[in-house]
Amino acid sequence: MSDPLLVIHDLMAGYGEGTVLEAINLTIPPGRNTAIVGANACGKSTLLRTLSRLLAPERGKVLLDGHSIHRLPARRLAQQLGLLPQSPIAPEGITVLDLVSRGRHPHQGPFARWSAADEAAVAEALEATATTDLAGRTVEALSGGQRQRVWIAMALAQQTNILLLDEPTTFLDINHQIEVLDLLTDLNRERGTTIVMVLHDLNLAARYADVLVAMAKGRVYGLGAPEEVLTEQMVQEVFGLESRIMEDPVTGKPMMIPLGRHV
Amino acid sequence: MLLLVVAVVLSATFGARDVGWPEIAAALGGRAETIGEAAVTSRLPRTLLAVLAGAALGLSGGVMQGLTRNPLADPGLLGVNAGATLAVVVGLAWFGIEDASLYIWTAILGAGLSAVAVYAIASLGRGGASPLRLALAGAVTTAALSSLTTAVVLPRGDIAGLVQSWIVGGVGGATSDQIVPVLPFLITGLVVTLLSARKLNLLALGDDTATGLGENVALARAMAAAGAVLLCGATTAVCGPIGFVGLVVPHACRLLVGSDYRWLLPASALGGAVLLTFADVFGRIVARPAELEVGIVTAFIGAPVFIWIVRRRKVGAL
Repeated sequence: MSDPLLVIHDLMAGYGEGTVLEAINLTIPPGRNTAIVGANACGKSTLLRTLSRLLAPERGKVLLDGHSIHRLPARRLAQQLGLLPQSPIAPEGITVLDLVSRGRHPHQGPFARWSAADEAAVAEALEATATTDLAGRTVEALSGGQRQRVWIAMALAQQTNILLLDEPTTFLDINHQIEVLDLLTDLNRERGTTIVMVLHDLNLAARYADVLVAMAKGRVYGLGAPEEVLTEQMVQEVFGLESRIMEDPVTGKPMMIPLGRHV
Repeated sequence: MLLLVVAVVLSATFGARDVGWPEIAAALGGRAETIGEAAVTSRLPRTLLAVLAGAALGLSGGVMQGLTRNPLADPGLLGVNAGATLAVVVGLAWFGIEDASLYIWTAILGAGLSAVAVYAIASLGRGGASPLRLALAGAVTTAALSSLTTAVVLPRGDIAGLVQSWIVGGVGGATSDQIVPVLPFLITGLVVTLLSARKLNLLALGDDTATGLGENVALARAMAAAGAVLLCGATTAVCGPIGFVGLVVPHACRLLVGSDYRWLLPASALGGAVLLTFADVFGRIVARPAELEVGIVTAFIGAPVFIWIVRRRKVGAL
């Protein structure tokens, strides 16, 4: 399958009166792992919400292989574009298997029966996220890290070429943050899934993403490899923070060290 | 299923007058010569109505809990029954409606309007329609609509008696003439709600996830709500407002079949039929030779369950 192309053209979006995004032009690099970073309220979540059709743009377009995603039939879009929102809701008492199976929805017609393809996709999603053993457990009985893996499994069962994630590591301790980011990197490398995620931690973003998108005040401040984007000047202008950038001795990626007032 | 059969048999058996098995058998065969046989014959439509109304209320309660993600949703608590009641009373008092199907349409219109109003009130301001706000908006609307209903009825001595016995909620005195016109509405509501089961499964994951999985959230809600309103509006038109069945039954069924609405909704319909039939039988036994209306019995069962649900968990997890 050819890599899908997600293009944002002259996008303006917001909630009610306040415009959060202004004149965004951006092409999501296909088959790569992209992280969107920026200060609070810079519009990064709004951008992800517009990309995933949760929010309609006021002006401009989001094009998937040349078609406006806000005009595509919902089910067809959901076959190509998966989404993991910031705080998804698990109904009380739902089992892991039941939750992951619901990811098959866009591939089923209104009266379709559960097919062998559905079965295989769910088994594969559980396997890829190492949650097969948890299949019979209820979601509320899981740890935060396990739960996030289960949600990713649901998005995998959807079998989309593009996966959008809104702060997938928030609320997780560092061990589980690494676990989730490793898993997403596996998906990207092994299946070529295009990944777009909003991340808060600059160092984790620089370490795991192929491409960084830095946003400030509703605009794209910079776009490129972490080495190009994560600079002392960017941290100053985007976050208003003095910092030093060093080379991570383990990965060779840039690493940001904040300078507070007490250094 | 077995429970339903037991409930139906009991319903035919018990009443102000004791009847023997031969008389029941004869009546089921179509005879109505002795007083006993006649009693059973008159209990049959009543039993059928209890089964239908219970199923409709259980089903609509399950749907409402699903589409609002609110464990306290119920056609009674959300003001939907009160809306249907007011509409019917206004229709009776001011427009003198008598035609059965017009009566049902009026109830459905009232149910729909109050459902929309309650949801709109609860959605005002930031944060949207949270479970607690929805329950509060429902309670306020119910109170307001009930006072309005009283205000409409009070000056009208001619309809007060009729309205009073209807408003308690009951299936007594049902005839097949009352049941037949409501059937198409109940069947339509049943089909629509059962078809929306998969949509409710997605809505249960949150609006964002449901949208991500390719569901049109607003359309799914509108469809499920229309089905639920049809069911409880039509039921209220015939039986009067019967509370708590829609609240209690889906919770009990969730313990048995889990949270998958494709199983939960049919189970709630069955459970509602069983509960209302039993409640009706119970109401006939405790107050012999008079009867306790089924609406009173369900309130006695339902109120403690309501408290139990609220205390058991932080409201909001569904």
